[in-house]
Amino acid sequence: MPSANLSYRAVFALVLKRDLTIALRHKDDIINPLLFFVIVVTLFPLGIGPEAQTLSRIAPGIIWVAALLATLLSLDRLFKSDHNDGSLEQMLLSPQPIFILVLAKIVAHWLITGLPLILVAPLLAVLLHLNEQSYGALMLTLLLGTPILSLLGAIGVALTVGIKKGGVLLSLLVLPLYIPVLIFATSAIDTAALGLPYSGQLAIIAALFFGSLTLAPFAVGAALKVSTN
Amino acid sequence: MQFDSFSAFINMGGYGFYVWLSFGVSTALILALIVSSMMAHTQVIKDIAVRQQREAKLRQVRSKHKENQNSQTNTPNEITQ
Amino acid sequence: MWKWLHPYANPEVSYHFTGKLIPWLSALTALFLSIGITWALAFAPADYQQGDSFRIFYLHVPAASLSMGIYVGMAIAAFTSMVWQFKLADASAAAMAPVGATFTAIALITGAAWGKPMWGTWWIWDARLTSELILLFLYLGVIALHNAFEDKNLAGKAAGILTLVGVINIPIIKYSVEWWNTLHQGSTVSKLGKPSMSIDMLWPFLFCFLGFALLVATIICIRFRSEILARNSIRPWVRALVAEHLLQEKNNAV
Repeated sequence: MPSANLSYRAVFALVLKRDLTIALRHKDDIINPLLFFVIVVTLFPLGIGPEAQTLSRIAPGIIWVAALLATLLSLDRLFKSDHNDGSLEQMLLSPQPIFILVLAKIVAHWLITGLPLILVAPLLAVLLHLNEQSYGALMLTLLLGTPILSLLGAIGVALTVGIKKGGVLLSLLVLPLYIPVLIFATSAIDTAALGLPYSGQLAIIAALFFGSLTLAPFAVGAALKVSTN
Repeated sequence: MQFDSFSAFINMGGYGFYVWLSFGVSTALILALIVSSMMAHTQVIKDIAVRQQREAKLRQVRSKHKENQNSQTNTPNEITQ
Repeated sequence: MWKWLHPYANPEVSYHFTGKLIPWLSALTALFLSIGITWALAFAPADYQQGDSFRIFYLHVPAASLSMGIYVGMAIAAFTSMVWQFKLADASAAAMAPVGATFTAIALITGAAWGKPMWGTWWIWDARLTSELILLFLYLGVIALHNAFEDKNLAGKAAGILTLVGVINIPIIKYSVEWWNTLHQGSTVSKLGKPSMSIDMLWPFLFCFLGFALLVATIICIRFRSEILARNSIRPWVRALVAEHLLQEKNNAV
């Protein structure tokens, strides 16, 4: 790491760039959760039946639940490799504020996993016969909601990173915290399908986003300190 | 007393199954919790005792080992003297 | 107040203090619960609408409110341990989690058993039931995190962070579930009206509530003591205590 007198923005950019470079070198880390997302969504019509009406009714829930699970699957790599090779401890020991470092890592995680999910989602919505009026709501809720998934998930990963079999535990810790996002996002999409305004739900998701943006990095920092000592 | 007979008490005005189910399950859960809490207490004491005994044994072995070493290092000295 | 509280921050003092407290607490628990349960089961009047199924109420409501109260207590303990580095608070939080989970489970099961005769189904996605179920998940997460760490002190800190994150989330979850419920649920299920309770129902309820609260306190004290021992296993006073215990056991065996 370069000298201590870096501006916060430079620190943020450095960590972000580092994480993105690492991710681009291990492309399967990006592709696998995405494939999982697509496969889970295609399983539902096979299990439920091909009727367009049923599928369009349950499409928002399926897409969002699959997005939750895909994010959960990808969370593990947020701190794991850094913890294994010791660079996480170096980061915590550096004079830079943990808030910035953690935030940069979470943003990188969202760019690697959340953004591809959003790009694939309309395609899957077509497969599920989502109501045409709902596409805007789907994209907006995913855009605002997936960062929340990354932020809250980071708390769970930070708590379990020191544990050998943390994977199952992680889902137990994180999934209950995802419930409000799921409820408001699917309700916004449903409301949009009826042609009604859904700005209320969107505002609540935005509030959740900003709330977790300001609070989650602190919790992640505290959790990482516990996990690394 | 709200009930005329014991069978009326068990019957609970037709809701017997639900009332006794909830009271039974709750009692079972609370008893299990109490028993497990008390067993955890004796278990903790036992664990600490086992660890202490092991430490004591280790210390004994170590001190014996040291004594042996001392005597071994002492004997050549005596010879040279 | 802090001066008065200070000696209890010593693990040894609070271990012996809670040890002295337990017989009193359990005696009071037995007294209140036996009076309350007997009163509730046999002497309290049946509800004019719900008949004798109303007797589940004396079990369900104390369990439900205690399950939430214990979570708040756990969050306060986690907060004190985090801010003032107060290790005993971690031990008390660890002692509370399984008790809270058990009472949440009781609230859910009695709720289902009450719902079957009243609503005609074991489970409905009612806002209260759903948020109670999520509370159970939160408790189980905290317990799982406690068990996942070898080092008890680390486990306490990690679970404390999770508890605090959970306590910020509980109002949001509760609000979202209520809102979701009113949106999705048709008016097919008529909610139980809550008329003001009559005096001859209120008294057994108060006895039951106090009895369950004392029961919770007793069990937490028992678990708290084993948590203290596990966290202080290398201290001389614990060694002396264990040695004494072993001697007693030997004497008993002879």
